[in-house]
Amino acid sequence: MERNPMRRQLASLRKSLFDQGYLDEQFMELEQLQDDANPNFVEEVVTLYYRDSARLILNLDHALERRPLDFSKLDGLMHQFKGSSSSIGAKKVKAESTLFREYCKYGNAEGCMRTFQQLKKEYATLRKKLETYFQLARQIGPMESANRPK
Amino acid sequence: MGNMATQTQFHVLAVDDSLIDRKLIERLLKTSSYQVTAVDSGSKALEFLGLNGENEDEERNSSVESVSAADEDHQVGVNLIITDYCMPGMTGYDLLRKIKQSSSFKDIPVVIMSSENIPSRINRCLEDGAEEFFLKPVKLSDVNKLRPHLMKGITTKTEMQSNSNKRKGSEEIQSPDRTRPRYNELEVV
Repeated sequence: MERNPMRRQLASLRKSLFDQGYLDEQFMELEQLQDDANPNFVEEVVTLYYRDSARLILNLDHALERRPLDFSKLDGLMHQFKGSSSSIGAKKVKAESTLFREYCKYGNAEGCMRTFQQLKKEYATLRKKLETYFQLARQIGPMESANRPK
Repeated sequence: MGNMATQTQFHVLAVDDSLIDRKLIERLLKTSSYQVTAVDSGSKALEFLGLNGENEDEERNSSVESVSAADEDHQVGVNLIITDYCMPGMTGYDLLRKIKQSSSFKDIPVVIMSSENIPSRINRCLEDGAEEFFLKPVKLSDVNKLRPHLMKGITTKTEMQSNSNKRKGSEEIQSPDRTRPRYNELEVV
């Protein structure tokens, strides 16, 4: 069947996301909450994450333009970003947000700005990979994706 | 799933300002067959319960028409409250205190969630009446810990005293009175 190579591709893509550290076991927790009654749960949560992240990144960009920097405000925004990243298992993004908050704690402006650039890169990469992943999953169809190996 | 008229689900009120976390906790709770109401703030939670910081009796009379869990058997609306700690405005801790100070709702088990592992924060919540403290992201294994607290509510509801000393945590914390002596009614913050 044509779908088998795609299934293998999907499994391989999924595995690489974990092996390369983009995702952690929290993503698997989300997968476990997906079933026939909620066949798109993971993608729904991730879509909310994109929306939430877009808002936070915009706010962070603006906050980082202010002089002097309001580290408390930056930390507050990043706390939210870290939380949502953690909730979907976005491992690398979460690590960058933790680092950013450390720099906030010590009032290190350069560290914050550098880390934020890195965070945005990681976020963009993750988003691209996840979009590819879900696109493929959708092509395969709900029945198949529900039977993904854990 | 179709509920027979006699079969009542446990109803959990979930409070979290994060949309993603609300979706997550809702799904976790529904997976465990709980009925869920999810709100995005402590004040909305109090509103849902019919507590708006004013005199409880007044609230109960005036909130008959409003969307609230308060009805003649006021405790049956919500069986457990699970709340995030860090929220703008009213924190989860503030909400916990208000619930525990309420004569109508103090016996509802409250669980706190937080992304930050701060022992003093955890201890303070447990000391002040929280049944459990979950570190985020909350998992299915955490939600499985809720059932005993919900079951306790059913079996001991009629016998429940105001000073039930069920507490998690290994320390012997002997606060003289778990409900702080100051308030019988809610205080507007």
